[in-house]
Amino acid sequence: MKNKLSHFAIPYVVWMALFVVAPIIMVVVYAFSAAEGGFTLANFARMGTYTVVFTRSFKLAIIATLVCLLIGYPVSYMMSKEGPRFQRIAMVLIMLPMWMNFLLRTYSWMSILENNGLLNQLFQKIGLIALYNSIFGTDIQFFRMMNTQGAVVLGMVYNYLPFMILPIYSVIVKLDNSLIEAARDLGADTFNVFRRVILPLSLPGVLSGITMVFVPSVSTFAISKMLGGGTEMMLGDLIEQQFLGGAYNPQLGAAISLVMMIIVVVCMVVMNRFGEGEEQAVML
Amino acid sequence: MKKNTSLLNRIFMALVFVFLYAPIILLIIFSFNAGSSNTVWKGFSLAWYTKLFHNRIIMQSVYTTLLVSLLATVAATVAGTFAAIGFYAMRRRVREPLMTVNNIPMMNADIVTGVSLCLFFVALFNGWHNFAVWFNNAQRTFILVENLHMGFGTLLIAHIVFNIPYVILSVGPKLRQMDKNLVDAAMDLGCTWMQAFWKVILPEIKPGIVSGALTAFTMSIDDFVISYFTAGSSSSTLAMTIYGMTKKRVSPEINAISTLLFVTVLALLAIVNIREARQERRALQRV
Repeated sequence: MKNKLSHFAIPYVVWMALFVVAPIIMVVVYAFSAAEGGFTLANFARMGTYTVVFTRSFKLAIIATLVCLLIGYPVSYMMSKEGPRFQRIAMVLIMLPMWMNFLLRTYSWMSILENNGLLNQLFQKIGLIALYNSIFGTDIQFFRMMNTQGAVVLGMVYNYLPFMILPIYSVIVKLDNSLIEAARDLGADTFNVFRRVILPLSLPGVLSGITMVFVPSVSTFAISKMLGGGTEMMLGDLIEQQFLGGAYNPQLGAAISLVMMIIVVVCMVVMNRFGEGEEQAVML
Repeated sequence: MKKNTSLLNRIFMALVFVFLYAPIILLIIFSFNAGSSNTVWKGFSLAWYTKLFHNRIIMQSVYTTLLVSLLATVAATVAGTFAAIGFYAMRRRVREPLMTVNNIPMMNADIVTGVSLCLFFVALFNGWHNFAVWFNNAQRTFILVENLHMGFGTLLIAHIVFNIPYVILSVGPKLRQMDKNLVDAAMDLGCTWMQAFWKVILPEIKPGIVSGALTAFTMSIDDFVISYFTAGSSSSTLAMTIYGMTKKRVSPEINAISTLLFVTVLALLAIVNIREARQERRALQRV
């Protein structure tokens, strides 16, 4: 019986071979071939000229991931303490922005952060800019927020925060309450309950949240272009340029993509070592 | 003391929600702006909505987005459900490597998935071109199209590729929660395996299928990067149109279409949630 049912997966296995495995093989082949054909490692050597982009991408993605964790963990924890009705509505509210394409949301930030944008207008109204001028003896009309690295990080945090909250929340909410009670009975205070029971048990969710924020952050290209104004080039922009932009060089683009894939594999290996909770965690 | 901390918690959460929703609400407010600026309010007007319906480029890309998302969701839900059942019935040694491959499009950076599919389609079309030329030269009865281009077809395939894993991931756990003896019992009582599928398995995993379909649709609507690399130049999703605009100037019709889409989603979600709540209440009453 069970064997018959397993035949249901055969079409999908063929599909995966065609549209998942074969494309990845293409990337590997391109990464190791020269423009005129033949094996080469030159594509990887050329990446050395883009060290700045690599370090910037990693720096911004790590900052964004940390900020997401610092906001996302408390939110998940507090949500799990609320009633079921509150939790349900909060979950919907966290998912809801994702239904609006992320470019739309990022585009909205552009008009908020502009030099004469809404945030600067607000700062002017409440006298923050005047205050800043009087304290530092400067004469600025606005805070420059667009086209900075800060704006790019903000865009990442804004877009990927739900990816941090959802996996952490789904792990915390399933925690066995009797474990917490047992810890209390055995004399642990609130802080110790958190540190020695809740935190270790929610680690799979945290790790999957970190992966789910870090991977898209380090590879983003639209956000950095829109909020960073093209000056803060990231790995994603670099890849895009090699395929559809001015610096056409698909071999180099494939090589950078391959590096990106290796980063993802490393993340997955780390996550898998922390037990089985991960699969559910990824899926809310 | 206790009351105090929970109030602080609420305030913190409220701030996070303000952060999440402020840009969306601003977009909605400025869709009713009489002026064309996104920062200066010039009075109420519906002008951008009228202009929106006359903007062929935006309307066409909205249509493409909805069509590709719907088709991809339906295809991925059906395919993903069957695949999940197949995986479930497999031995662990066979299933685990396949699940790893299945997870690749989900875990990989979008841009890598997009790039890999783009390279694959180009290579595939080149191969097809050579084959078609050879084939057309060899005989004259049957003429094959020689030049294929990326377009709606490749866009749809790409969306199905990244949607199926989400369906499998939400159907899989439901299968594992199912009582294994149910299927065996049905078979013992004379069900064929097709009947066992329709009458026993499907009703058990229905919630997983629904949530998988919802996730798939969300991912399709939200996607930009993979579409950007696989749609070619002939078709464009809403996200691609907006991205093209940000290089010059974004026209405020975008605010109007965002508002319409958002309100539609809000209404749909409200209906789904109210229905769910009502069903739960009814189930409780029965108990």
